Amino acid sequence: MAAPDFDSLKKTPLFDVHVAAGARMVDFGGWGMPVQYAGILAEHKGVREAVGLFDVSHMGEFLVEGDGAEAFLQRMTTNDITALEDGQAHYTVALYEHGGIVDDLLIYKRAEGIYLVCVNAGCIDKDWAWFSGHHDAERDGCTLVNASDDFAQLAIQGRHAAAIVQKLTDEDVSQVAYYRFTEGVAAGTQAIIARTGYTGEDGFELFVPAGAAVQAWTAVMEAGAEFGIQPIGLGARDTLRLEAKYCLYGNDITDATTPLEGRLAWIVKLDKGEFIGRDALVAQKEAGVPRRLVGFQLQDRGIARPHYPVLLNGEEVGEVTSGAHAPSLGTSIGLCYLPKGSTKVGTEFEVQIRKKRVPAVVVKTPFYTRPY
Amino acid sequence: MANIPANLLYTSDHEWVKIDGKVATIGITHHAQDQLGDIVFLGDAPDAGTKIEKGDVVAVVESVKATSDIYTPVDGKIAELNEDLEEEPELVNSDPYGRGWILKIKLSEEDLSDLLSAAQYEELVENE
Repeated sequence: MAAPDFDSLKKTPLFDVHVAAGARMVDFGGWGMPVQYAGILAEHKGVREAVGLFDVSHMGEFLVEGDGAEAFLQRMTTNDITALEDGQAHYTVALYEHGGIVDDLLIYKRAEGIYLVCVNAGCIDKDWAWFSGHHDAERDGCTLVNASDDFAQLAIQGRHAAAIVQKLTDEDVSQVAYYRFTEGVAAGTQAIIARTGYTGEDGFELFVPAGAAVQAWTAVMEAGAEFGIQPIGLGARDTLRLEAKYCLYGNDITDATTPLEGRLAWIVKLDKGEFIGRDALVAQKEAGVPRRLVGFQLQDRGIARPHYPVLLNGEEVGEVTSGAHAPSLGTSIGLCYLPKGSTKVGTEFEVQIRKKRVPAVVVKTPFYTRPY
Repeated sequence: MANIPANLLYTSDHEWVKIDGKVATIGITHHAQDQLGDIVFLGDAPDAGTKIEKGDVVAVVESVKATSDIYTPVDGKIAELNEDLEEEPELVNSDPYGRGWILKIKLSEEDLSDLLSAAQYEELVENE
């Protein structure tokens, strides 16, 4: 329970703001981050019922620019980059040759030949090695820059998010649809104003210069005061994303899982042409995907925490990849891989919770859908 | 800002013990509930009447973040479980030394030598 040694951790530009606000800080993949402020349940409820503000500046940003940028990203990722319009973003993954996932990503098309790739904080170094290792500026006709330290990212999530962001910008945010973005001045600084998020609520993510993070944070908190905005830590971020069934890289999807196994076939465009990992996916599809990620609900009391064994007909077939008490549902939910033929909604299995085997059932996901 | 009542005994596992004649009431300390965060339920307690020995797991506290075992620091029999916690597990957070008590144990012998005084427990918390 000792406090982490924060001197050795990476910090976002908002570190001191979190400490001053009384956040409990933890070591999250090498970053000193707030896990909670008021408490995970109160923060979760705040986002579901009103609005919350998250510091996600630890996320990484790569810039890919040039005439060859589209072709480069098409080769590096599974989704079809040519389908993106200017001002549109999409969810995608980068694969190893064997089909395992390097990372899950959001790619923002800012203009023809100008892209921003948002990567997971814990994967920045690995992703950079992977992307730059496959990149040759001259051959590929595009530059690749790791701009992770230049950007801060604030996520405003909840039903009042649009009203708050509108108070902070002259851009018409009502014209920014889901997974679209605009660029302009917001919260007193140049910003990418994107209608994206990781909570299951309506919301925006603002990419701002790192040096403007504190000022932007303060402006959002002030503009959101009338809507009851509160700062949200990583604890509630995890319960919110799980209820919405967003995968967490490193838990639900990893270098040992393919996107077909992870139920991400919707972002895999096998007919778009060559990309890294495509051959492995084609082979897996032909052979039959051996297991799939499912959402489950426990049928008895307990919390299915990550790595608890999963048993089908008494036989261990895998482990829980994510699991939590779902504050919005009052039930205990989770994700795990189950073998082919046993992944349908209604399938019953068991989770080994310490000494007990607790019955679980495959349910429809997302677990939570916003009511507005 | 330690919240450690002087009239209770403690364990190094962050439990408090109140001795009342032959009955020990057990809960977790303010510090423990603060570290665990929001508690969402308690489980795995043996039925009333079950014989238990020092070191046995007598309950498990599940918070949003973590699972934590409660070990009995005394020998005896389970006398009573706090049924209020079934509906309101958050009492362990809001009132850890009062309505958030977890269980009562009928002592078989009064060997309390392993337990810490409030001053000793405070020192333990400060040195964590």
